[in-house]
Amino acid sequence: MNKLFKIFTVNSLLTPLVSIVLGLIVGAIIMLIGGYDPILAYSSLFSTVFGNLYDFGETIREITPLIMTGLAVAFAFRAGLFNIGAEGQYIVGMTAATAVGIKLTGLPIVLHAIVAIIAGGLAGGIWAGITGYLKAKRGVNEVIISIMLNWTGLYLSNYIVRNFLLLKGQQRSEDIQDTASISIGWLSDMFSDARMHWGTVIAILAAVFFYVFMWKSKQGYELRAVGHNGDAAKYAGMNVKSNIVKAMFISGIFAGLGGAFQVLGVFHYQAIFTGSPGVGFDGIAVALIGMNHPFGILLSAALFGTLTYGSAGMSFGADVPPEIIRIVIGSIIFFIAAQGIVRWVLKPFYLKRKKEKVL
Amino acid sequence: MDWITTIGQLLNTTLVFSTALIFAAMGGIFSERSGVTNIGIEGLMTFGAFAAGVASYYAEDAGMGAASPYIGMLAAIVIGLVASLIHAVASITFKADQVISGVVINFLATGSTLYMVKLMFEGAGETPLLMESLQKWKIPLLSKIPIIGEGIFSNYPTTYLAIIVVIVASYILYKTSFGLRLRAVGEHPSAADTVGVKVRRMRYIGVMISGALAALGGATVTLTTTSTFSHNTISGQGFIAIAAMIFGKWNPLGAFGAAVFFGFSQAIGNYFQLFDWAHDIPQEFIYMLPYVLTVIVLVAAVGRSSAPAALGEPYDPGKR
Repeated sequence: MNKLFKIFTVNSLLTPLVSIVLGLIVGAIIMLIGGYDPILAYSSLFSTVFGNLYDFGETIREITPLIMTGLAVAFAFRAGLFNIGAEGQYIVGMTAATAVGIKLTGLPIVLHAIVAIIAGGLAGGIWAGITGYLKAKRGVNEVIISIMLNWTGLYLSNYIVRNFLLLKGQQRSEDIQDTASISIGWLSDMFSDARMHWGTVIAILAAVFFYVFMWKSKQGYELRAVGHNGDAAKYAGMNVKSNIVKAMFISGIFAGLGGAFQVLGVFHYQAIFTGSPGVGFDGIAVALIGMNHPFGILLSAALFGTLTYGSAGMSFGADVPPEIIRIVIGSIIFFIAAQGIVRWVLKPFYLKRKKEKVL
Repeated sequence: MDWITTIGQLLNTTLVFSTALIFAAMGGIFSERSGVTNIGIEGLMTFGAFAAGVASYYAEDAGMGAASPYIGMLAAIVIGLVASLIHAVASITFKADQVISGVVINFLATGSTLYMVKLMFEGAGETPLLMESLQKWKIPLLSKIPIIGEGIFSNYPTTYLAIIVVIVASYILYKTSFGLRLRAVGEHPSAADTVGVKVRRMRYIGVMISGALAALGGATVTLTTTSTFSHNTISGQGFIAIAAMIFGKWNPLGAFGAAVFFGFSQAIGNYFQLFDWAHDIPQEFIYMLPYVLTVIVLVAAVGRSSAPAALGEPYDPGKR
């Protein structure tokens, strides 16, 4: 337990916390300029999320996929790769889970869900693995391949849904079979019909897995070594190329699982996309605010999900356009990235403390 | 079907689709050649498309008539310069991770532009439709040439401007001392510093040029294609432009070629429908084509890309 606390030292927590406060202040200033009441806005944001059980449950629903895509991006970051393709991996994960959920018949209740989840994870992993393989074998920039695969995945998914899974006359697939559902009925009843599902539990376990794999296993050590300095890792006898593929594969599994949960636990069908859903791109922000650490990501996904879900209430309660929340999140990342600014803000406090010590 | 006209039209559409990508890719080159990764191109384009939509609308309102689109383009350049400063301050002065600060630009762009649209137009999700969007110019004489007359010399003024920008960018980068310094700062900043080049200042300039050009690219989408700015006016073009830049090996002419290639693979989708045999191809596959083609070409032909050596590293004079 001591070790767990050591991860969250004062210094590692201070920057994100100050950044969050600064980000909220920036949002407030912009609301003031726009002629809105920031206090009313923020209070209606939080009263939306924490006001009743339904909205609280739905906020948890909002947070879950963000944890998964956040973990996906962070996992690749730790191995020195920028997985901007979590978006596409999330989408193919959705589609694979939908296909298995609809087409596979005759499996008992828990098993079917497990198979569908695995299918989603694998689809995401393979989609990211393509990027990793091309990066390792051909040295093609992973960012550009991921971007291309995002769009390819989107249209491929639409193609599959439209041609093989379509509910007649609708712009969406049929419903998955009940046996593949991972919704938790009794929990949803407790949260006045909010869409609660096992994916949330698996997401938290995934964060634990991330931590154990990355910092407690030999393979994780190799991934981090490759991420820090590929040449040194190679010199030490590690296979850099296979580590790149492995890192991308696991990263993609996280994102694909996130997509699978969304289908199996929330919607129970897949709509034909008119645009990219954006969960994968948001995962980049979640990973950054969470400092690329799995437990940090749990917190930052909670923050991100709360702000996003609450922003709808904000426009109801205070008439503020919900887009303000993206400005707030952007500012938070800005302050986290430019730590010099945060240090500059904190400087007077540090100086004061030192003086007191001298006295 | 008249083949000559069809090919001419295909070429024309290709260039229309390419224009925004060309501007944005040129922008990316100036930033990245100076050593600053710019994943925020997408956001800068969004800012530009927004500024063009709003400024042209107000210019029309003020009775500026046919001049209003150009007011929109100027506004886009200004907002692009300002927005890119955020990226520059964070990544150059405060040595933030450049990828992260680029992501910040993207977030701020989608958030603040829609916020402002709702603020200005009483909760509407998009700017009012422009009456005076840009018209195609037929260049005298040249537009009479078969195929390329229709294809190249009967296009939007922004397309001509984009081609001029490519030539100018190429000239600046390789034939002027400014270009040499810019590239030096991106390849080996400490060596450049030793001979008296102001590394940070050069990088600021590089990032700001990229802001202006990317925003101009975004503006062309509003002014030629959509005539309004909404949440999906810019949806991925910035990332495609980045791909074009990498594809073209950070060289203006190469990136131009790549941008035209993307434009072509988008345009050809519109022409597939003219052929009987193509009716069986699912539309999704046609949409997918540009992206799949890119991957194939990258893997087969280009291989290891040669990024500027100091790309992505904040310059720290005290570090060896």
